[in-house]
Amino acid sequence: MTALVIAEHDNTSIRGATLNTVTAAAACGGEVHVLVAGHNAGAAAQAAAQIAGVAKVLHAEAAGFEHGLAEPVAAQVVALAGSYSHLVFPATASGKNIAPRVAALLDVAQVSDVTKVLAPDTFERPIYAGGAIATVQSLDATKVLTVRTTGFDPAAASGGSVAVESVTTAADPGLSSFAGSEIAKNDRPELTAAKVIVSGGRAMGSSEKFNGVLTPLADRLGAALGASRAAVDAGYAPNDWQVGQTGKIVAPQLYIAAGISGAIQHLAGMKDSKVIVAINKDPEAPIFSVADYGLEADLFSAIPELVQALG
Amino acid sequence: MKVLVPVKRVVDYNVKVRVKSDGTGVDIANVKMSMNPFDEIAVEEAVRLKEKGVATEIIAVSCGVTQCQETLRTAMAIGADRAILVETDVDLQPLAVAKILRALVDKEKPGLVILGKQAIDDDCNQTGQMLAALAGLPQGTFASKVEVADGKVLVTREVDGGSETLRLTLPAVLTTDLRLNEPRYVTLPNIMKAKKKPLEVLKPADLGVDVAPRIKTLKVGEPPKRSAGIKVPDVATLVAKLKNEAKVI
Repeated sequence: MTALVIAEHDNTSIRGATLNTVTAAAACGGEVHVLVAGHNAGAAAQAAAQIAGVAKVLHAEAAGFEHGLAEPVAAQVVALAGSYSHLVFPATASGKNIAPRVAALLDVAQVSDVTKVLAPDTFERPIYAGGAIATVQSLDATKVLTVRTTGFDPAAASGGSVAVESVTTAADPGLSSFAGSEIAKNDRPELTAAKVIVSGGRAMGSSEKFNGVLTPLADRLGAALGASRAAVDAGYAPNDWQVGQTGKIVAPQLYIAAGISGAIQHLAGMKDSKVIVAINKDPEAPIFSVADYGLEADLFSAIPELVQALG
Repeated sequence: MKVLVPVKRVVDYNVKVRVKSDGTGVDIANVKMSMNPFDEIAVEEAVRLKEKGVATEIIAVSCGVTQCQETLRTAMAIGADRAILVETDVDLQPLAVAKILRALVDKEKPGLVILGKQAIDDDCNQTGQMLAALAGLPQGTFASKVEVADGKVLVTREVDGGSETLRLTLPAVLTTDLRLNEPRYVTLPNIMKAKKKPLEVLKPADLGVDVAPRIKTLKVGEPPKRSAGIKVPDVATLVAKLKNEAKVI
């Protein structure tokens, strides 16, 4: 029994979510191998070889893998699948895109958003925006999983030292091509890996106020910025800041919700945070029912005051 | 170009579901059901493509119990031209739905299939990608912008950190993200018109598809409860609590 983790990487380094995925794969009970499918991705493969607990790294190299398109990457995973009992992806935008394509090509079901491994074939996963937890058993020979990074601690990024094996590249089905991307560059930590998150809701009122009020606090705490769906829909914050059922699932040490009422869809994305602070004018806001510390106040005065108090 | 739009009947997003005490599932008896919100966005996108002259016919499809006909009528009220219900009482999993849809793709030969990125009941986020794999088609998931030109479709996708744009050959499978469009309100005259549009009912066996579940649900339980903490009177107390009690700053 061996699990293959499909690494998420940018061809030079391994993304953090891969480390949590290695921990989840190890919980399935066997050896853990990591696949790095990329273009000029030797550095990423070397980085994968350092991850503690990994027994082998497979490196597949092709120009078509550069942007991680689903069609060629899925073909590569399928070509290797015969040697593995588990194919494990992080439940990120990339993993969610590729994993079901792999599962269907193998004619097996997929278990999405695994939060706990109970046995090699039995897993826990949230349904209904986290309103219920299902325990499910996969009846297929090969288990295809996506795992919630918040459910598993990251494996150590260093300490391991295993061989990197080059594997034969699978043929690219040639159905898709990359036409460009707009990735925001900033120095903030990644939302899903941040220790502290400052999140704003509809009450922020405008994009200017969202940034003007929350950025100083995020800077002071070294935090990532997040948003509720209402704030994103209103155009106050970019799409990929959305925390919730259909956005990012986060579990930082500290989550500060400013002007967020707390719809169940939002709570689904952040209720596993260690400490939750809610700042809201409305004493009845549902966010207070999950907050460790609630401050009933106007955020436009409370947040600057908080920044000042933190020095 | 035909556009196929699969739609799912789910518990309305405003309903807070209750876990059954015997642990077999959630209680959906007498609960308001609606079209999955992402599927509404898919229907809207198809209708806009038709209004632009890109699509010629929109076929809504649903798989499941008889009552899915209501969901299909809603899709036709938004603007789908006809509908197909693949009727079964079996609890359908994404792979089974993808196999049904693949058979319908073979039959109807659409230029695009547009689905919601995930259903808000099982939160799987699988069916579109699985259909694309089974039909040997490219996939543009989590789409926030769709442009069809020169026999290709240009899809802008929401990804971690921003967005990316892919060029896909047609036919292709797309899945919708929240910001692709804002679905129109359904008007009464359109609801009346939808009642007269054709709705065909098939069985999975008619399409030669095996829909047996591959995943067994052993138990459905309550999530761990997070209890409310305390209200603090002012910012100074909040900072003191975070430093001394929670020790997170």
